[in-house]
Amino acid sequence: MRTLSVEKIGDAVYRLARSANFSLTDSCRAALEKAAKCEEGAARFALECALENEKIAKCGLPVCQDTGAACVLLTVGREVFLEGDLYRAIDDGVRRAYEKDLRKSICDPLTRKNTGDNTPAFVHLEQGAGDRVEICFLPKGFGSENMSKIFMLTPAEGRAGIIGAIVEAVREAGSRPCPPVFVGVGIGGTFDSCAYLAKKALTREVGSKNPRADVSSIEEEALEKINALGIGPQGFGGNITALGVACEVAPTHIAGLPVAVNMQCHCVRCAREIL
Amino acid sequence: MRHLTLPLKKEERKTLKAGESVLLSGTIYTARDCAHRRIFEALDADMVPPFALEDAFIYYAGPCPAPAGRASGSVGPTTSARMNSFAPRLLSLGLGGMIGKGEMSEEVRLAIKKFGAVYFAAIGGAGALYASCVQSCELVAYPDLLAEAVYRLEVKEFPAVVAIDAQGNTIYRR
Repeated sequence: MRTLSVEKIGDAVYRLARSANFSLTDSCRAALEKAAKCEEGAARFALECALENEKIAKCGLPVCQDTGAACVLLTVGREVFLEGDLYRAIDDGVRRAYEKDLRKSICDPLTRKNTGDNTPAFVHLEQGAGDRVEICFLPKGFGSENMSKIFMLTPAEGRAGIIGAIVEAVREAGSRPCPPVFVGVGIGGTFDSCAYLAKKALTREVGSKNPRADVSSIEEEALEKINALGIGPQGFGGNITALGVACEVAPTHIAGLPVAVNMQCHCVRCAREIL
Repeated sequence: MRHLTLPLKKEERKTLKAGESVLLSGTIYTARDCAHRRIFEALDADMVPPFALEDAFIYYAGPCPAPAGRASGSVGPTTSARMNSFAPRLLSLGLGGMIGKGEMSEEVRLAIKKFGAVYFAAIGGAGALYASCVQSCELVAYPDLLAEAVYRLEVKEFPAVVAIDAQGNTIYRR
């Protein structure tokens, strides 16, 4: 059994929060470059601004002022023992990372009083194989988070119902989540675990496929239908409303078919590290 | 691309066409959800708002803290639709218009048309690019709101698109 101090995880969270907020993922940048070639007028202008923005960000400015809710997805190997208060260590990492130049965006839901340090982090733990810990940091902006949805479909609605729900969520969101969006979808599980699957899907590379052929065909068809909506970059009208659709699946109850749609704006910022 | 200087008078606002790309220079004020609530509390109590509304432009934004040597941290637009319920009253009091991202309600579109205002869409997610357009950033009101406080920004060549023009035309399809 390997022993790992949670301080090491806190330090990794600090590093990941810093790197994630100052650049786009390579797959996101590639998708934006490709999208810019498919648009003209105001839509193309919007995508060119997004690409120019990232170049400026590399000089020490966060890509987006919404430096997000700190979502931390951890996969902890079953042969590693974590020593210490994990949640406190993660919050310490977030606090240090956001202290100076990242926006503090977390507040009480009723009084709206800001916590002042962007904590607490939103932590998801999974157990994995081996003695490694994989840490994924996703600074989640809320313009897109606000447009997320969960549908409790009936089993009879099936594949067509799933695709319909995904497309409807994007259609209803319109220009508000900063399209072209990256769409994370959870299919199956329970009400709560389905929403987590959708979040986890957003940690995949833009353009990646689910290894299950029946799932990747849903991703492909949903993307095609979303792009036929014509919402376009920033809602200015155009051919590219989504950069990608990523679906994650899990077994569900015989009576149900939960589908969660977690929206991510065109600034996909996600960083990971293995300890 | 057309260059505009803010504040922008009604006569000039009326010459803008939805879909046109522009570069904005001059003074804008940041305000988002909480700041709007405070401004409305002030108006309801017959107090003056923290800045003169006449021909002024509100930027729906909450900046990141400024890194050393810069006037502002990243400062892209936030989703304008959350301010749908606030915009018509401010427009009726002479506000020149708003800058934000995404569509606004039919009620806002009609108020923009009625008062000859304009709504500019800034490019969401381009916070660093917008920070590079900010020449100065000064706190105006509500410091306890941190990023959500009202700041006066002097901007230069801030890229935007006319999203709803003074005739009520919109770039958005629905």
